[in-house]
Amino acid sequence: MITIITEHWGELLSGLGYTLGSSVIALIGSLVIGTVFALMEISTYKWVRGIGRTYVEIIRNIPLLVITMGFYVIVPTFFVKIDGFTAGTIGLMIYTSAFIAETIRAGIEAVSTGQMEGARSVGLTYSQAMIHIILPQAVKMVIPPLGNQFINLVKNSSVLAFVAGFDLMYQGKIIASTTFNTFDTYLAVGVFYLIITMPLSYLMRYLEKKWVTA
Amino acid sequence: MQEFLNAYSWVNLRFLLDGLWVTIEVSVVSIIFSFIIGTLLGLGRYVQVKYFSAIVGFIIDIIRNLPLLLILFFTYFSLPSIGIRLSVVPASIVAMTIFESAMLAEIVRSGISAVATGQMEAARSNGLTYLQAMRYIVMPQAFRKMIPPIVSQFISLVKDTSLATIILLPDLTEHAQIIYGQNVNYVIPMFVALAAIYFVVNFVLSQASRWLEKRLSRSKIN
Repeated sequence: MITIITEHWGELLSGLGYTLGSSVIALIGSLVIGTVFALMEISTYKWVRGIGRTYVEIIRNIPLLVITMGFYVIVPTFFVKIDGFTAGTIGLMIYTSAFIAETIRAGIEAVSTGQMEGARSVGLTYSQAMIHIILPQAVKMVIPPLGNQFINLVKNSSVLAFVAGFDLMYQGKIIASTTFNTFDTYLAVGVFYLIITMPLSYLMRYLEKKWVTA
Repeated sequence: MQEFLNAYSWVNLRFLLDGLWVTIEVSVVSIIFSFIIGTLLGLGRYVQVKYFSAIVGFIIDIIRNLPLLLILFFTYFSLPSIGIRLSVVPASIVAMTIFESAMLAEIVRSGISAVATGQMEAARSNGLTYLQAMRYIVMPQAFRKMIPPIVSQFISLVKDTSLATIILLPDLTEHAQIIYGQNVNYVIPMFVALAAIYFVVNFVLSQASRWLEKRLSRSKIN
């Protein structure tokens, strides 16, 4: 395993870069999309709630691979040329946004309705109360689950290997097919994934204990 | 439009349903195995036996933090080099089981921790042994708490079987790929079909879980 790591250090490192890059871009994108749909889900208008719920339910119940392959196959065939990395990252973003929407919705709902009523009765508008009172409190509640979503993203970004996304898994596949040493290669890839995900998951467990029980 | 509709010919639909059957088979077998192993692992982590629980916990954490795809690759491509040769279906089942039992172990552990320690103490002071208290008092209550997360884990298991197409498991996704590989006009209809079939299967599962949850919470009140 050590020889694989030292000999293919460059490829593994660039794979790690693509994995992290895709995960971070997908996280930011899905935070934006997820927040929008979370706000739709708690809207006072029935039809807006309906759209929010439908989006979340549909995306959550379809495999990530189907979404990602959909972007990778359909978009270049019928619309514009995009590479595997872009298609994969968009797929990850859409898939994760549904889970993030659920997380944020739960966070907002956990902030008591009294907070909203209090804010409204001192003269804030709905959106002011949301931005200044509810969301800041909800953020603290949702940071540990969002961290866990990021860990999932890092792991899920391995689907980029299906669409030639140059990520860690893809590089692992290439290294394995050139060295024929599948055992050590995939162990090495596993170590690289664990370097990112293990510390993060322990950090999130710590924050969960510290913030949620407080 | 006619080209699109041709994709849903009887032969193609039959082929998709064959794939769905493989998906269901692999999912159900993995669910059963990972439920048993996950419960044992979760208990092993919970009981806090010196060293043993720490080791079990560490193994669970490692597996949970690896991508399933990597575990699939490992079982199918790497294990043969140490003499364990599995064909596609068993390899998929083994990989899914390894991954999902680690996930379930965490659910079981946190479910048991959520049942108040007072329950255990009361059972013990009534004269039950630790194992009896676990079996008759703590576990039944813990399982009730665990049902929603366990079902959602099973939903992700069903979705995750699609990853096994990379080792050419002839499941729903793989069969759809074979069909749209023949004709570019079949691409969109096949993805629509894939999304629809997975959605129906998983949506039914999640609704069943909601129903079960409601029923169980009602029986608790009575």
